[in-house]
Amino acid sequence: MAILTAKDLSFAYDGKTVLEGVNFSLSAGDYLCVVGENGSGKSTLIKGLLGLKAPDGGSIIFGEGLKATEIGYLPQQTQLQRDFPASVREVVLSGCLNSLGRRLHYNAEDRARADMNMERMGIEDLKERSYQDLSGGQQQRVLLARALCATKKLLLLDEPVTGLDPIATGEMYNLIKLVNLCDNITVIMVSHDIHAAVRYATHILHLGQRQLYFGTAAAYRESTQARRFLGGNRL
Amino acid sequence: MSEILAMFSYHFMQRALIVGVLVSLCAALLGVSLVLKRYSMIGDGLSHVGFGALAIASALHLAPLAVAIPVVMLAAVLLLRLSQSSRIKGDAMIALISSSALAIGVVSVSVTTGMNTEVSSYMFGSVLSLSRSDAILSVLLSLGVLLLFVLFYPRLFAVTFDETFSKATGTRTELYNTLLAVLTAVTVVLGMRMMGALLISSLIIFPALSAMRVCKSFRSVVLCAACISVGCFLVGLIASYFLETPTGASIVLANLLVFSIFSLHKARNIH
Repeated sequence: MAILTAKDLSFAYDGKTVLEGVNFSLSAGDYLCVVGENGSGKSTLIKGLLGLKAPDGGSIIFGEGLKATEIGYLPQQTQLQRDFPASVREVVLSGCLNSLGRRLHYNAEDRARADMNMERMGIEDLKERSYQDLSGGQQQRVLLARALCATKKLLLLDEPVTGLDPIATGEMYNLIKLVNLCDNITVIMVSHDIHAAVRYATHILHLGQRQLYFGTAAAYRESTQARRFLGGNRL
Repeated sequence: MSEILAMFSYHFMQRALIVGVLVSLCAALLGVSLVLKRYSMIGDGLSHVGFGALAIASALHLAPLAVAIPVVMLAAVLLLRLSQSSRIKGDAMIALISSSALAIGVVSVSVTTGMNTEVSSYMFGSVLSLSRSDAILSVLLSLGVLLLFVLFYPRLFAVTFDETFSKATGTRTELYNTLLAVLTAVTVVLGMRMMGALLISSLIIFPALSAMRVCKSFRSVVLCAACISVGCFLVGLIASYFLETPTGASIVLANLLVFSIFSLHKARNIH
């Protein structure tokens, strides 16, 4: 059974269609990379999947008991956040927000989950450090730990390696793949890095204001879309 | 010391002390979120709207707080919408509304009663202006603000740090933004009697900024801002009594001093 299915999905801003004809389906444990140029509708699709923007047509169907509010989301960072005075523990714990329900404060279970995810991301010794004093790579790992607190099934990552140096980028990709493989968490990642996309992902969704390609990463390497995207070069 | 005790033997000073400490606490707590969300201008805008509302209430001989609080709450919701709207220039609109409210207040006062001491006290604040019923209302509302802040602390933190993430995980961010704006509105009106319309926004902004110079976690920033705010209020109040300076301005100067010291401390630590 599919964990997430998009059926003939389209989005519009002020009556102007920005993305249409999106049809794809993911099973638990899939790793999907969404690629495409700027303005191709990647961010719009993300907003749609998170329920922040209503589709203009079509539907998004969640399966296997997943709810739209149980997606572990890693947004693109804003300048505002980089200078935010908060400890790593506070940021990660805020990922447990969706399990609060009617409770007002976090309980021991939430704290334990935050601790576990910090350990998983290798940031447990940064716990008491201030978020604003961390390097870009460390900050992304904190946000990934927060996203993991919010979900057991699906991670949605919006350009998680933007602005990171090559070493931090590699570490980030490895951590994501590790979570994907070990915990069978489905991953959807928006990326500009097409080479990393075909290397790590199992599936590729190529957008250009409509769906240009959806299928396995292996088949994508051979496709004409991929060749055109890379200016005639083969992957 | 005995002189300070003697100072608080006056009823109006006791009232000023109780209301001032509570309002300072509220302002500092809300201020941390407002400053971090880049909503500082809303606090400033609200104080001008508050002045307009108080001036009209006094012209019509109505109870000042009963008129000002609902009007400013309404303005808070409106200003919040404006500053979030990308289509209209939010900051420009806030400046427009706040100066208009100030102008309406000044004109309505000059047409009816003329510029008297009461109006001047709205502008620059006065410890003498608090009536007994004002003081009771202030205490109740401040306690309400503090209680709501403590109860919703995890959600307010999440919405302050990352609104998109909070919204995606099912938090009604508009609700908490509105809560923040409405609580700020109440705090601004309560604090305005003492601090004055022109100075109240400093009570919201200064402690948060000072605390951010030295603190590393959100919780410590909140606690530190609360301590700074109450401390500066006490120093300002006592100084104004002995030096016969205006209370509001003295409190702002105490805050400025703390901010300068903390900034220097931070600058020295960096080098």
